[in-house]
Amino acid sequence: MDDAHAAEHHHPQLGFWRKYVFSTDHKIIGIQYLITAMAMAIVGGLLSMLMRYQLAWPTSLSPIMAKIFPVAFSGGIMEPGFYISLVTMHGTIMVFFLFTAVLTGGFGNFLIPLQIGARDMAFPFLNALSYWVFLLSCIVIFSALFVTSGAPMGGWTAYAPLSAVPQAAPGQATGMTLWITAIALFTASGLMGGLNYVTTILTMRTRGMSMMRLPLTQWSLLITAILGLLAFPVLLAAGILLLFDRMGGTSFFLPAGIIMNQMPLAGHAGGHPLLWQHLFWFFGHPEVYIVILPAMGMASDILSTFCRKPIFSYRMMVYSMVAIAALSFVVWGHHMFVSGMSPFLGSVFTLTTLLIAVPSAIKTFNWLGTVWGARIRFTAAGLFALGFVSLFVSGGISGIFLGTSAADIQLQDTYFIVAHFHLVMAIAPLFAAFGGLYFWFPKMFGRFMNETLGKLHFWLSFTGVYAVFFPMHVLGIGGQMRRIYDPTQYMFLVPQQPVNVFISIAAFILGASQLIFLFNFFGSIFGGRRVTEYNPWHATTLEWSVPSPPGHGNFGVELPTVHRWAFDFAVPGEKEDFIPQTVPATVQAKH
Amino acid sequence: MADGNGPGRVTLSGVVLAFLILILILASLYLFIAKPYWFPTLASVHGESIDSLFGVVLIVSGIAFVVVQGLLGFFIARYGQNGSERAAYWHDNPRAEAILLIGTAVILTVLVFMGQRVWASFYFTDAPADALVVQVTGEQFAWNFHYPGPDGAFGRTDNSLITATNTIGLDRNDPPAKDDILVIGQMHMVADRPVKVRLRSKDVIHSFFLPNLRVKQDAVPGMGIEIWFVPNKSGAYEIACAELCGLGHYRMKGALTIDASQADFDNWYKEQLAQQ
Repeated sequence: MDDAHAAEHHHPQLGFWRKYVFSTDHKIIGIQYLITAMAMAIVGGLLSMLMRYQLAWPTSLSPIMAKIFPVAFSGGIMEPGFYISLVTMHGTIMVFFLFTAVLTGGFGNFLIPLQIGARDMAFPFLNALSYWVFLLSCIVIFSALFVTSGAPMGGWTAYAPLSAVPQAAPGQATGMTLWITAIALFTASGLMGGLNYVTTILTMRTRGMSMMRLPLTQWSLLITAILGLLAFPVLLAAGILLLFDRMGGTSFFLPAGIIMNQMPLAGHAGGHPLLWQHLFWFFGHPEVYIVILPAMGMASDILSTFCRKPIFSYRMMVYSMVAIAALSFVVWGHHMFVSGMSPFLGSVFTLTTLLIAVPSAIKTFNWLGTVWGARIRFTAAGLFALGFVSLFVSGGISGIFLGTSAADIQLQDTYFIVAHFHLVMAIAPLFAAFGGLYFWFPKMFGRFMNETLGKLHFWLSFTGVYAVFFPMHVLGIGGQMRRIYDPTQYMFLVPQQPVNVFISIAAFILGASQLIFLFNFFGSIFGGRRVTEYNPWHATTLEWSVPSPPGHGNFGVELPTVHRWAFDFAVPGEKEDFIPQTVPATVQAKH
Repeated sequence: MADGNGPGRVTLSGVVLAFLILILILASLYLFIAKPYWFPTLASVHGESIDSLFGVVLIVSGIAFVVVQGLLGFFIARYGQNGSERAAYWHDNPRAEAILLIGTAVILTVLVFMGQRVWASFYFTDAPADALVVQVTGEQFAWNFHYPGPDGAFGRTDNSLITATNTIGLDRNDPPAKDDILVIGQMHMVADRPVKVRLRSKDVIHSFFLPNLRVKQDAVPGMGIEIWFVPNKSGAYEIACAELCGLGHYRMKGALTIDASQADFDNWYKEQLAQQ
């Protein structure tokens, strides 16, 4: 037994700080990611409430807002620059610091060792380091909100030259530099995590846990980690090139002849703005799958559990996730159809983009096949998993319009795009994350969340997200552009303004209803009904074979042995309607 | 515990969720059939093919949407559990999966080819020789329009000649520039006469968006991008910027006039020339 291993079992009782703060235990780290991501969600959500306020009532004076935000609302009306900063920071915070962090960092960390039958990750210290670098990146991006020269305003996509020339807009100086720094730190954290996940899942599965017996959550996390390892370095490189253009006099993205603020921009030549877009979207498209794949994996497992029925076609679910991941690297140009990129490339990317719809469609049919003939238990977690399916269908279908390059000409950079990516990249994963929280909360904290509040949260959220995002398709068809501070400046948009008002009111209600969740989550950590059994949901995966919460080292003296896949629900002739993965096959043979 | 086997139960949660999905289906059918809000008035030839393509995709995806959401809602209502009923154990059907996979791929491939014909008609065909050529230069935060005049030749431009009134640095000493006009924020074209736009940007990426003509093309600094289209409905329309370009992005608008006849256009042109 090497020293580190011996130390693990003979260490004295850890103090509070080593146990709960600077822990190398994957369960604590996972919870740290979850809570930090939730805090970022609150910030990102508040920013969007301000955006919706502006979009609904762009010209209304508000003395109250002027009091709360004297600079941003000087004179009672929001400053245009503040609006674009809101847009930029909302997108940046949500995509990276909420969704990627909560799904990969939060659930990934908590679940991987437990579900594969390992005591911890392959590299526990690296794991802890990935969290603290992530926390640092959160602090840096948060600080960008308070820069006196202005928060960044390049959009979360930070296209050059707007992002490459500090004087292109207020906030593109220090604010933009902080943005790049935060993203760089985030990618570093993601790379550390990705290395850990791939190594752990591939090498530390317990006896009997073959790849095809892994829960879909694990497959999705493995594939996502590989995507991250391949894609994040490209973003990091692009960010470094951008920093060089901004501060080092280089011209990766800057051509000659730029006139900025009436002054020629000296010292740059030979660069190309489209290079930024290619680099960013080469990362950016896999990134959206980094968000949705763990959501799909978790939703599949939770759905199966509450349908009391095996997931339909597990094999095809695995293959389709692999196909989606592989194809995700050859579709990035669909973000660039009208960018000035060669139209021939546009044709190629249309083909690949509509191809990637095929494995996504397979997964949808399989979710339907799971619910067909099921016996659904409508718990809060189960409801969110069902909601995920509906939302993914809605968001995915609008993608067909956008992938068809000619149709995208009219829809690009409008609210049709905003509707599409929110449904498919934000709301569907959000529902999967909520489902995961309600489902695994007992395992994490040894208490239940309140089911009644959970269901209320679901009903309000499901209705709310459709009320907010479905009408946006219509706004986009009508031509409302993205990132527009005041749509009423355009006569052709004025007739649609009532839709903006409807969406904003729905958004406020949706936002307020999330308070129910926050109250339930934090209240239940301290006062929730205690869990008295290992497996309250009658699930099959390994984490349900240990106490709630699991002890240090997860499994007792001996690691579990796995005898079957994760979906033995409703097996004919069995006494129970589920068989955990640890139950030997001979038990079934007796019948 | 007895080995429970019973049909799926209709439960309150199941019915409520199915009902919400039904509302979703009905609301979407209303929005996309009754069209209380829809595309801006069409004013170009190319735009017709884009609108048709959108219509085809709408029908295909609309059917898929209604069927999938409908089935989901139906199963949710039909297959609840309220005791110890057991689900069906089946979880594979290779034939059904193959059919669905191939069917989806075929439908999407057809859409790709239909879309490519429209795409090719914009980008892989040249503008006719009689097209009205306009050089459009985006800047923070205005659209500049440079017309070549009756001689059909553009005067040269030079960054060093840029002033507050000569926003693209037109060299008035260059002979072809004598009949050129420079207009800020206003664009005219003639109904049924093709227009070729040469798009440039002075500073950051902008996007030249003519909502009524279904025209959108990013203006990228360092690039000269050509697009062409045929306006076909006279009237007054708006020009917008569709790529975040800074503080004034929201007010980077222009006025587009499609003149009913070449004569009307020529009158406007003469007025502008007199003011140069």
